[in-house]
Amino acid sequence: MSTVGGLEHPIDPLADAPPEGWVAGRSPWALAAHKLVRNRMAMAALAVFLGIVVVSFMGPFYADHIAHTDPFTSQLTATTVINGKRVDVLQQGGGVLKLGETPIGPTWQRNYFLGADSQGRDVAARVLYGGRTSLTIGIGSAVICSLLAVIVGMVAGFYGGVTDSIISRGLDVVWAFPVYLLAISIATVLLTQGLTIGPFSISASSLWLPTLIIAVIYVPYVARPVRGAVLSVREKEFIEAAIAQGASNRRLIFNEILPNVITVLIVLLPLMIATTILTESALSYLSIGVQPPNASWGTIINDGQQLLYTRPWVAIAPGIMIVLTVLSLNVFGDGVRDALDPRAKLRVKD
Amino acid sequence: MSDPAAPLMRARGVRKYFPIKRGVVFQREVARVHAVDDVDLDLMPGETVGLVGESGCGKSTFGRCLIRLHDLTDGTIEFDGQDISTLDRKQMRPLRREIQMVFQDPYASLNPRKRVGTIIGDPLRIHGVGARGDVNKRVQELLELVGLSPEHYNRYPHEFSGGQRQRIGVARALALSPRLIIADEPVSALDVSIQAQVVNLLSDLQDDLGLTYLFIAHDLSVVRHVSDRIAVMYLGKIVELAPAEELYDRPIHPYSEALLSAVPVPDPDVERERIVLQGDVPSPITPPSGCRFHPRCRYATDICTTTEPPLVKHAEQHLAACHHPLNLRS
Repeated sequence: MSTVGGLEHPIDPLADAPPEGWVAGRSPWALAAHKLVRNRMAMAALAVFLGIVVVSFMGPFYADHIAHTDPFTSQLTATTVINGKRVDVLQQGGGVLKLGETPIGPTWQRNYFLGADSQGRDVAARVLYGGRTSLTIGIGSAVICSLLAVIVGMVAGFYGGVTDSIISRGLDVVWAFPVYLLAISIATVLLTQGLTIGPFSISASSLWLPTLIIAVIYVPYVARPVRGAVLSVREKEFIEAAIAQGASNRRLIFNEILPNVITVLIVLLPLMIATTILTESALSYLSIGVQPPNASWGTIINDGQQLLYTRPWVAIAPGIMIVLTVLSLNVFGDGVRDALDPRAKLRVKD
Repeated sequence: MSDPAAPLMRARGVRKYFPIKRGVVFQREVARVHAVDDVDLDLMPGETVGLVGESGCGKSTFGRCLIRLHDLTDGTIEFDGQDISTLDRKQMRPLRREIQMVFQDPYASLNPRKRVGTIIGDPLRIHGVGARGDVNKRVQELLELVGLSPEHYNRYPHEFSGGQRQRIGVARALALSPRLIIADEPVSALDVSIQAQVVNLLSDLQDDLGLTYLFIAHDLSVVRHVSDRIAVMYLGKIVELAPAEELYDRPIHPYSEALLSAVPVPDPDVERERIVLQGDVPSPITPPSGCRFHPRCRYATDICTTTEPPLVKHAEQHLAACHHPLNLRS
């Protein structure tokens, strides 16, 4: 026990934590979080996004227990009951010639709520499953991209000099390609043979393939701002102070610089996820992203393209989901930026 | 402990040139900023040496050289008899416990994402001093020592005023019980009313802990208050070095004279000559020939433009580098 300032402060010899009962200061994180929570637009946007995530991940539940359907196998001869009458899911084309087949449109049933696609599969269930895929790839690639970018940006910014030049020029090369052109080129090559790096092998149908492709092509867009932030933090006096105390490079990087740079990443992450979801959808729409039997919003739009005149909901439903997701993430991302760094004007370009 | 008559820190011929580089891929040096050019200085145990000069004269750079935040271009620095001028960062680490620094800007010198307790305790953790509970205890003692409440342990820098932040900076510098503290303009970013508090804190700590200070400042009245000896720097060189009172009473170098005439006197009736220096400080990239002060000196003659005056002893402990010394007792 030590008596300090006339008061007795119990000190726990094992814990480095300060004694209890003292007023804890409010960290910059806590202040930003407080600001964010009070931003109604941002909170509403977050609620929409989380709603989409929850609903999408309940896709299997919906398919198994509500719609009783398998959204991945074609059901050309399936029938369903509408208004007490059993009807074919794929109906013979109307008109004089009775050519072609038209899937049923939206119904007020537990199944085929949004109608069926050209193979008789339940569009509502597919949109939910597709959302699960799109969100997984979008969030996964944004996180992987951020990790890569932090490492790259940190190394370039911290070590500077030749290291920085080499890394920055390398990023410039990736940056010089239009994002979609690069993604399409890489995807086209990798889809034919899969990807094998040393002991790791990724098959062409794996979801990892689009995830990694999208993560890699966006690295420069995140690494640049990270590097810039590292450069500016590195010149601060508290870094000199840490060196004057004898801090190691590891300590400088993880204890001093990283906590001050991570804000850049937190600001960018929601916007990154929005961008990667869009990119994934675009690749999948072009059939070089997610491969069958998996579905994503992009592939469903592709499926719906041929039915656009007769059954537009097949394409519109996933489209609306993409718009809602991207919009909510962008609004939420703006809120995060305002809360963390009101002056910064960072955006993920695409 | 070592011989009390031996200097704690001895700097000889310290030079620090910053290269100016051009080129995209292959950078070549096109010029050099002569920030510190051949500076000798001894810091005796327990004394405070004030280092004054205009902005950009190299005083902060010199301080950072002493604590080896910069690598020297040339020269030697001995601390307690050990040459530290060529040690790398790892080899310097044990010596960091002996030499600490207080920084100029209390807003930039504390990591905004760390709690005050962590900031002050970090030097202890880096050097593995004491068990974890001891660190906690020591931090609270330090907070008390610099006049803050131990309850401030859990707070963040942004919750403090400038003066309080500077106290945190002082506490951090004191954490490892150093022998030498280099104070780089520790009060110039503070309000005048707060400056006195921090200056008094520093001199109280010196009395209690037997610290040696190099006190860098551009405010002569602050320096006079704390210093035993004062070194005046101009364009990377020390032009005069004298005991504090002696410098104020009888400045030898014309630059010191001009600096002193700029110090406000709190008496409206005192009439005195204001010496206003003409022009700006010349560029340290291409310093003037001969005496670096000659383009602005009102006593300059031909010799000043050609020959660099050496730093010579004009009285006991009073050194100056001038061809036309003022105020000499003959």
